[in-house]
Amino acid sequence: MTSPLTYLARHLQALLGTLGYLLRRPLGTLLSIAVISLALTLPACLYLLVKNARVATGSVTEAIELTVYLKTDVSLERARQLADSARARREAGRVTLISAEEGLEEFRKYSGFGAALEALQGNPLPHVISLRPNSDRADPSSIAALQRYLSSWPETDIVQVDNEWVRRLSALLGLLERVFQVFAALLAAGVLAIIGNAIRLEISARRAEIEVTKLVGGSNAYVRRPFLYLGGLYGLLGAGLAALWLIAINAALEPWLLQLARLYGSSFNLLGLTPPELGVLLGGGALLGLVGAWIGAARHLSRIEPRQ
Amino acid sequence: MIQFEHVFKRYPNGREALQDVSFRIGAGEFVFLTGRSGAGKSSVLKLVALLERPTRGSVLVNGQDTGSLPARAVPAYRRRLGVVFQDHQLLMDRPVYDNVALPLMVSDTRYRDIDKRVRAALDQVGLREQERALPLELSVGEQQRVGIARAVVARPTILIADEPTGNLDHSLARDVMQLFTRFQEVGVTVVIATHDMALVREFGHRELHIDEGRLLGGTAAT
Ligand SMILES: Nc1ncnc2c1ncn2[C@@H]1O[C@H](COP(=O)(O)OP(=O)(O)O)[C@@H](O)[C@H]1O
Ligand SMILES: [Mg+2]
Repeated sequence: MTSPLTYLARHLQALLGTLGYLLRRPLGTLLSIAVISLALTLPACLYLLVKNARVATGSVTEAIELTVYLKTDVSLERARQLADSARARREAGRVTLISAEEGLEEFRKYSGFGAALEALQGNPLPHVISLRPNSDRADPSSIAALQRYLSSWPETDIVQVDNEWVRRLSALLGLLERVFQVFAALLAAGVLAIIGNAIRLEISARRAEIEVTKLVGGSNAYVRRPFLYLGGLYGLLGAGLAALWLIAINAALEPWLLQLARLYGSSFNLLGLTPPELGVLLGGGALLGLVGAWIGAARHLSRIEPRQ
Repeated sequence: MIQFEHVFKRYPNGREALQDVSFRIGAGEFVFLTGRSGAGKSSVLKLVALLERPTRGSVLVNGQDTGSLPARAVPAYRRRLGVVFQDHQLLMDRPVYDNVALPLMVSDTRYRDIDKRVRAALDQVGLREQERALPLELSVGEQQRVGIARAVVARPTILIADEPTGNLDHSLARDVMQLFTRFQEVGVTVVIATHDMALVREFGHRELHIDEGRLLGGTAAT
């Protein structure tokens, strides 16, 4: 029987009431929001660190090269077939076959041993297949899989992977990502606890009002509503403040990083939060606040019953 | 209609507040619940308002057995009941208007109707001028009338009051009783717990007398 308009108006009233309440005690509000924002800034920083590091090393990742030295008795025909089957792999990007003749020619041209090589009876060089990983499959596990595949050919002598350090860096970033996840989970639990506690204090401060409201027939949903708004607003405002922290940290680090990048002769743009990421931060903050308030309200509101 | 059938109420501390209480109050009746302090008057009203549940027996209100009412149906049940208590239970940091509007706010009454009904209720108790005042700026008698306005604003069919004149001098108490009488005249069932026998004699309505948790005399149902 509830008209949707009346229902909406009740919500609006609860929201405005909560906003007014927050404004009436600015210091306490600011303190709560500051604590929540710090808890959100920490994992967000870590996230941005990993993101920037990934982009900064991305171009390096593309420089990874795998070189397959085939056994010397493998025919050129077979070497072509092998190069084709390597090309068919999803992990493989550009695949080049350098035949023994081409290798020798190159060697003759660039090594300066031209005359000495004339004395050779046969060609001592093997056919070589050189591969670049596919740029969106340049992660360590794909490269390792590719390496295992190439090594499994009976015709393969050795497989050489360049840039081992890229793998290590990538593993390190992977670890940081894990740390970010653990941090995010821990601090989310922290935010839940902070907001749950704020709601608990608020409920006990407004005990008399809750009792009277229930006495005149206020449902649990009605009584709970302002507290949910309170939690949601705490979370949202905390996330908003965290976004401001991130912008400030970004601005403080940028000149320093630019200088660093210039030393390495590279151009580098520090990436902040994209609009969708900002949305996730704000939405996640509000959701955390809502859930924290819900838990706090569920635990403490049901215990308050009108007495006389 | 309120009907008690062999109701027992024992509090967690072992106190037997009501023992085998049976009575029936018809729709539109005005009934005084009398007895010494500690006799069990408030317990009867608390059972009606579902602030307590009987240990044994059943409480029927408007034909419905309150014992079979699930917890989530209690708010809606209370919204059909007007309740006045001795210590008013007003929200001290809210103006008179907001206090009276509360039972309508928790229901889905539209704002336009809320305004009309709050003003009407304040008119009935003679506090229209004080709608912006805070309860603390009012006298005790005025506070009690705010409580009454809040109890009747949602137009309940049953109005229960626990010692509504406890803090008032005799002439103020009479005013308040007259107010209740007027509600009865428009069809509301009124049950008032009081130990003010002078008032009870003066108004001469039906009396249910409780002594140490037992109903004495007047048990006959109407
Ligand atoms: N919540 C409670 N817990 C324990 N004992 C109670 C409680 N409420 C009332 N009592 C006891 O029950 C008896 C009846 O109380 P009450 O119904 O308040 O009487 P009255 O309103 O007539 O003064 C009294 O002895 C009182 O002490
Ligand atoms: Mg009493």
